[in-house]
Amino acid sequence: MDHDQQVIIGLEIHCQLKTKTKLFCGCSADFQGAPPNTHCCPICLGLPGAMPRLNKQAVIYALKVAKALNLEVPEYSEFSRKNYFYPDLPKAYQISQYDKPIAEKGYLEIEDDEGHTKIVRITRIHLEEDPGRLVHKTGRDRAGYSLVDYNRSSIPLIEIVTEPDLRSPKEARRFLNKLRSTLEYLEVFDGEREGSIRVDANISIKGHNRVECKNISSYKGVEKALNFEITRQRNLIRRGQYITRETRHFMEGRGITTSSRSKEEENDYRYFPEPDLRPLRVRSWLDDVELPELPDARRDRFMRDYGISVNHARTLTGDLKVANFYEQIAGVDPKLAATWVADILLGELNYRSMKIDQVPPINIGDLIALIRDDAITDKSGVEVMRTMLDHCLNDEDCPMPADIVEETGLAKVKGGEFDAIIASVVEANPQAVSDYLAGKKGALNFLVGQVMKETRGRADPKVLNAQMSTYLDTLEV
Amino acid sequence: MEGGYIFDEKDRHNAFISTLDLALFETNGGPLEGIAVAVKDNISTAGMPTTCASRILEGYVPPYDAHVVTLLRQAGAAIVGKTNMDEFGMGTTTENSAFGPTTNPVDPGRVPGGSSGGSAAAVASGMVDMALGSDTGGSIRCPAAFCGVVGLKPTFGRVSRYGLIAYSNSLEQIGPLGKTVTDVNTLMSVIAGPDARDSTTYDRPYDHTPDPDVKGLRIAVPEEFFGEGVDPAVSAKVQNAIATLEGLGAETIECSIPSMTYALAAYYVTCTSEASSNLARFDGVRYGPEVPAVRSWHDEFKTYRGERFGKEVQRRILLGTFALSAGYYGKYYAKAQVARENVRRDFIRVLKDTDVIAGPTMPSIAFHLGEKSDPLSMYLADILTVPANLAGVPAISVPCGTVDRMPVGLQIIGPHFADEKVMDVAYAFEQEVA
Ligand SMILES: [Zn+2]
Repeated sequence: MDHDQQVIIGLEIHCQLKTKTKLFCGCSADFQGAPPNTHCCPICLGLPGAMPRLNKQAVIYALKVAKALNLEVPEYSEFSRKNYFYPDLPKAYQISQYDKPIAEKGYLEIEDDEGHTKIVRITRIHLEEDPGRLVHKTGRDRAGYSLVDYNRSSIPLIEIVTEPDLRSPKEARRFLNKLRSTLEYLEVFDGEREGSIRVDANISIKGHNRVECKNISSYKGVEKALNFEITRQRNLIRRGQYITRETRHFMEGRGITTSSRSKEEENDYRYFPEPDLRPLRVRSWLDDVELPELPDARRDRFMRDYGISVNHARTLTGDLKVANFYEQIAGVDPKLAATWVADILLGELNYRSMKIDQVPPINIGDLIALIRDDAITDKSGVEVMRTMLDHCLNDEDCPMPADIVEETGLAKVKGGEFDAIIASVVEANPQAVSDYLAGKKGALNFLVGQVMKETRGRADPKVLNAQMSTYLDTLEV
Repeated sequence: MEGGYIFDEKDRHNAFISTLDLALFETNGGPLEGIAVAVKDNISTAGMPTTCASRILEGYVPPYDAHVVTLLRQAGAAIVGKTNMDEFGMGTTTENSAFGPTTNPVDPGRVPGGSSGGSAAAVASGMVDMALGSDTGGSIRCPAAFCGVVGLKPTFGRVSRYGLIAYSNSLEQIGPLGKTVTDVNTLMSVIAGPDARDSTTYDRPYDHTPDPDVKGLRIAVPEEFFGEGVDPAVSAKVQNAIATLEGLGAETIECSIPSMTYALAAYYVTCTSEASSNLARFDGVRYGPEVPAVRSWHDEFKTYRGERFGKEVQRRILLGTFALSAGYYGKYYAKAQVARENVRRDFIRVLKDTDVIAGPTMPSIAFHLGEKSDPLSMYLADILTVPANLAGVPAISVPCGTVDRMPVGLQIIGPHFADEKVMDVAYAFEQEVA
């Protein structure tokens, strides 16, 4: 790549922590689907006189993340007020952290675009509260007002800030995936919850000004926004134009970023220590923080314990639920299970927009057992899996693979039936037989194909090939 | 079981913003059963308007009780009304109220002091037995001194602030006012103690019977409390009072608190900074009368805040916003915190070798209404009260005679958590002169 065109990316990622209650009050944090303003109290509504009361679980969760991402935890951490006016911010300040964050200076290992291990440095992690949410009526019913839903107000967030170590949108996406996977392993984050992650991306072309893209709310969006920005910035540079240092908004729907020129959005946040909360002796809390096995460690263990390839191990451990699923059925046959889950099941699920927890592991385990025992062919196995998933998708009881095999007659053709079909194919195709006997080996493929057709794929092609040539060779004698 | 207190007092001093004709109370043998208590109008009361004497909170009725109000109700108090104050606590005279000034029951031509002027006037005039005030930089002690009643600012963290509409969180405490030290002691025993909803409280309940024995008590007398700007007649009265305590067996030690030079500046930077943030939520959307949405949200709320906040409140919001601004934070807010820490250390140092500090509560007697027209001379009146808030230590004001027929307050300041000790000293003096 042209050295002068080097892309430099840093991310600020806001993740909702999945605590039971909010960061500063006892309201339930499980507000998804709840009617607006039903998970609220004087504290998260910012009523005059109400005071924040810190949710210790959120601190423990943030420390788990800090430990997992190798950050240093200071002796003291402190909350600060970030002051700005916005209708979704009921106190007109957000309780956040400023110069005494919960942890600083860590890193996360990812793969770069060439597949090499790469260290992405983490600048800091801090805890803060989510604001409420504005609800706009759009389209033809566009109203001259906005509604505010405070259910989200005071949901705990961690902000994770990286150093500008990322070099491509793909790498950024890979970093986010790895981060998400790590947070899910820690059981502090639910990546499937709508709005659970929001990203601000800083991007520049080496030697030029930095642009901040704000409020990207999906993993795909980050890659899209960055790609758009790179093209935009490179075009400006090519035309000899200057890149303005600015904040741009990503329009998710249109896949573009637009300049936010409004002066009112240029805030001086006037941070100062939150006087209603005491400083946290955060390092002394670390003793209570235990880490589970993390994705990289699990990947290595999978390779060691199950003898599977690094690619399979990486795919299987990239998602906590997939890894757990695999471990439940690995006993059937670790390598076969790895192949069937990583190479086939995940693709079939993705095609149906299904989640792995919609399929009972025992069903896939039984299917793999059938394949292992040579009861069905690989081809039939895929068919059984598809039939099974189609049922699951429709919220029916997931049928057991053996029942599907029986119902559809997909059992591998064996013994007499097999021989009879070969005999009948040979009899029906004298020309091909004589071609084969004359030395045209290609005729074998034709004959085998005819048998496959007859058995609708229930015959194992390898076995069939051997049997057919043996049969034909007998004829020759 | 419930009782009812019929409250039909004539409010000649404009001490109340709102009152109940019939205040219900719990009859369960609590220490305040059936006693009429007034509550400053910045302390949240469920179902009763709580305005902070501001037009910006017009019509606001809190859906919850402040922690101290819950404790009052449990103790059987009849909460008869909400008292007048300087808007959001910002003032020393109770003239900065959207509901007009409260007048001093001793001389209605004078101010009652502030900002808890309504509470002090309600007690002084006998309308109630006791009252709650809040003290950010002297707001309990100043009106207590000016009206001739007793008022305590507790140690920071000894009384829950949950439900107190914040002016300056790191400085203020809710505290009791009463006619006698015994009344103040009783009310303090009801409101003090830890509260899980206020993370800055300590597990230090207050259960005390005042002890008038001051033999061997070491009283520090800082020169700064009798220096320039303190009315000599007031100084003389307070010196007399200290001599009275000496007569009871206490000894005095002259000392100096040099950091007091910076106390006022540190105080005003800190309280205005915090206020600028605390008061930002009043944007015309959630509180106060509905604003017709004609222009943009920003434009509407700018106008709204300009119209509904009083002048002094606007002045302090502007000062505080400036002090916290990028480029000025280090010069003002951060410096103020250094000065504040120096004050705290000076107090700890002086109070290590002595038991209490004594001096006047206010540098003068109560001003005439309208007398302090420029804000700076008004701020200077807080010089003797703000150090206790900066240091977080307890301080009580107890009447010690009159100058020009107006009451003078003796201020007793103790080390952290020595609320009992300052109460004892005030009690000893009160019993001796009674
Ligand atoms: Zn809440």
